[in-house]
Amino acid sequence: MEKSPEELYQERVKRVLDACTGKVPDRVPIMGPYELFVYNYAGVTIKEAMNDYALARRACHKFLDDFQPDADFGPVLAYPAKPMEFLGVKWFKWAGHGLGDNIMYQFTEGEYMKAEEYDEFIYDPSHFMATKWLPRSFKALEGFAGFPPMRLMMWFGWTGLLTAFANPEMQQALQNAIEAGKQLSEWFASLGQYTQEIKQKGFPLAYGAFSWPPFDIIGDTLRGTRGIMSDMIRRPDKLLKALEITTQLCIEYGSAAAGADLPLTWIWMHKGSEGFMSDEQYATFYWPFLKRAIEGLVERGCIVVIYCEGNDTPRLKYFVDVPKGKVVYHFATMDMAKAKEMLHGIAAISGNVPNRLLLTGTPDDVKAYCKWLIDTVGKDGGYIMDTSALLDEAKPENVKAMFEFTREYGVYR
Amino acid sequence: MTKEKLVDAIANMRDQEAIQIAKQMLDAGVDPHVVLEAGHEAMAIVGERYERKEYYLPELVVAGEILKEIAELAKPKIRGETAAQTTPRGKVVIGTVEGDIHDIGKEIVAFMLEVNNYQVFDLGVDVPAERFVEKIREVNPEIVGMSGFLTLAFDQMRLTVEAIKEAGLRDKVKIMIGGAPMDEEAAKYIGADAYGEDAAAAVKLANQWTGGN
Repeated sequence: MEKSPEELYQERVKRVLDACTGKVPDRVPIMGPYELFVYNYAGVTIKEAMNDYALARRACHKFLDDFQPDADFGPVLAYPAKPMEFLGVKWFKWAGHGLGDNIMYQFTEGEYMKAEEYDEFIYDPSHFMATKWLPRSFKALEGFAGFPPMRLMMWFGWTGLLTAFANPEMQQALQNAIEAGKQLSEWFASLGQYTQEIKQKGFPLAYGAFSWPPFDIIGDTLRGTRGIMSDMIRRPDKLLKALEITTQLCIEYGSAAAGADLPLTWIWMHKGSEGFMSDEQYATFYWPFLKRAIEGLVERGCIVVIYCEGNDTPRLKYFVDVPKGKVVYHFATMDMAKAKEMLHGIAAISGNVPNRLLLTGTPDDVKAYCKWLIDTVGKDGGYIMDTSALLDEAKPENVKAMFEFTREYGVYR
Repeated sequence: MTKEKLVDAIANMRDQEAIQIAKQMLDAGVDPHVVLEAGHEAMAIVGERYERKEYYLPELVVAGEILKEIAELAKPKIRGETAAQTTPRGKVVIGTVEGDIHDIGKEIVAFMLEVNNYQVFDLGVDVPAERFVEKIREVNPEIVGMSGFLTLAFDQMRLTVEAIKEAGLRDKVKIMIGGAPMDEEAAKYIGADAYGEDAAAAVKLANQWTGGN
C-alpha cells in the first residue's frame, strides 16, 4: 500500500533525526542546502528566482518532486532582490546588481566596524548596529546614524532623545525601514507558504534557524577577514571581549530552531578552517566561543549543524568536545575516515561529495564516491549524504545518481 | 644594528616597537631605503614562516600592515634616488576569473609570490578571459595564476585557458589554479599545468617553473 504524505513526512523526520542523533536510521538520509542548481535545473536564472517568489517556489517544487530529498531548504537561499535593491545593500553583489543574471550572489569584503570601535560595540551592540552598522550597510538607512541611544530614555531622558526623530533624514530612514519591512514580509510569506506546501507533500523543512560562529559574526560583516586577522595579533583583548558578546548573538540567532519538527540550527562556518589561523589561535579565538554557542543552542533544544566550508581535518580534535548526539558536522574537505573514527558516537557527519565531481564527473564516478562514503562514514549510522559545498553548477544526471544511489545502496539492513 | 632590531620586531609581530624603531631611525637621519629594506627582509622571514606553517593569515596581514605604516613614514624622506632594484625571479599575471569576486586567497598568493621576488601583475577579481590575454601579451610573464571560489570558475578557467591558447600564448606560459573547490582533477579539466593547494604551493610551483627548487 502506498504511504500517505503524512506517513512519509514522519518517516523522513525520523530518518533525519536518527542520523543526526547517532541512532541507525532505516537508510542514509540525503539532503542539503543547494543554491543555483535548483533553479538552473528548472530552467530559471537566479535573477528570476530572486525577483519572482512564485517562480522560485515553482522551481523548488520541481527539484523536490524530481529528487525527493529527505528534508528541503526551499527558496530561502534565493535572497529577495527587491528589498535588497530598495535598501541598497552595500556588502553584497547579486544577479542584476553588480553580477550577471545567472551568477550566485557574493559578499564584498570591507570594514563595517572600524578597529577603534570595539569598545562602542562591546558597550552597547544594539546602539552600534543602529548608528554605525546599518548606515554603512544600507544606503536607504543612512539616516539611522542619528538614532538615539535607547539606554538613556529612562526618567526624562526621552525628552531630548526623541527629538532625533524630528530630523528629516531620520524620518526618511524610518519610512524606508517600514517599506523594506513590508517588502520582506512578502518574501517571508512566500517561504511560509512553501513550507506548508511541502509538508502536505510529505517533506519536512531542513532548517529551523541559521546562525554564524561567534568569530565569523565579527569577521564577516563587522571587521572583515583582514580586520579580524589583524585584531588577533594587534588587539587580542578587545577581540576576546567582543567574542563574549557574539557568542550570545550566535545563540540568539540560532535558538529559533527549537521546537521545529527538525530543530536544526545551521551554523555557517567561514573562517575557522585550516589555513586561516594556527592551532593555538584557533584554540584561543575560535573554538572556545563556538563550543559555548553550541552548548547554549543544545540547551535550548536545538540540534546544531556546523557547516564547514574548508579543510577542517586539523580541527577534529576540538570537534569531539561537544554534547553527544546533538551536533552534525558538515564537511567540505576532510579526511572522512579519520572523522568517522574520531566522531562516531559523539556527533554525526554530512557532506563531502565534491562539487567538482558533480560538475565534471560522470554518474559512475559519483556513485563510486557515494559508495565509499556510505561504506566508510555511513557505517552504523550517523551520516547524511550531501555535497561538499552549496550546490551551484552541476550536471543533473550526476546529482540524480547521488540521490538514487544513496536511496538504493544506503539502506541499513 | 638598529636595522636588525627593526627586522626582528616586524618578523615577530611586535607592531608598536617596529613602528617606533622605524621612526627613530628616520629621525636620526638613517637612509629611508635602509628602513624599507628592513621591511623587505622581515617580509621574507614572515614568508618563510608561513611556508613552514608557523605563521598563518593573521601574521601575513599584520606584517603587511606594519610594512605599509613604515613605508608611509619613510616615503616623505626619500629624495630622488631610487633603491637598487633586484631582478625579479619571474613575472606572474594573476587574477580571480570572471563572475567570481573572491579576493583574499588570490591576494595571499600574490603577496607570497612578491615576497619570493616575483613581479606580480594582479588583475583583481571578476577578470574576463580577454583581460588575461591582453596582460600576457603586454608583460610576457612566465606564469599565469587563476583563482576561483565558485563552481562557475571551472568553466570560466577552462574558457580562459582556451582564449590563451587561441591567442597563441599557451606555450609561453605555465598556468596554475587555486581556490576552495579546485583540485588536481580540476586542473586537468581546465587545461592548467598545475593546481596549488595554498600560497606556499604556488611559490613552490613558480620556483620549479622558473628553474629553481
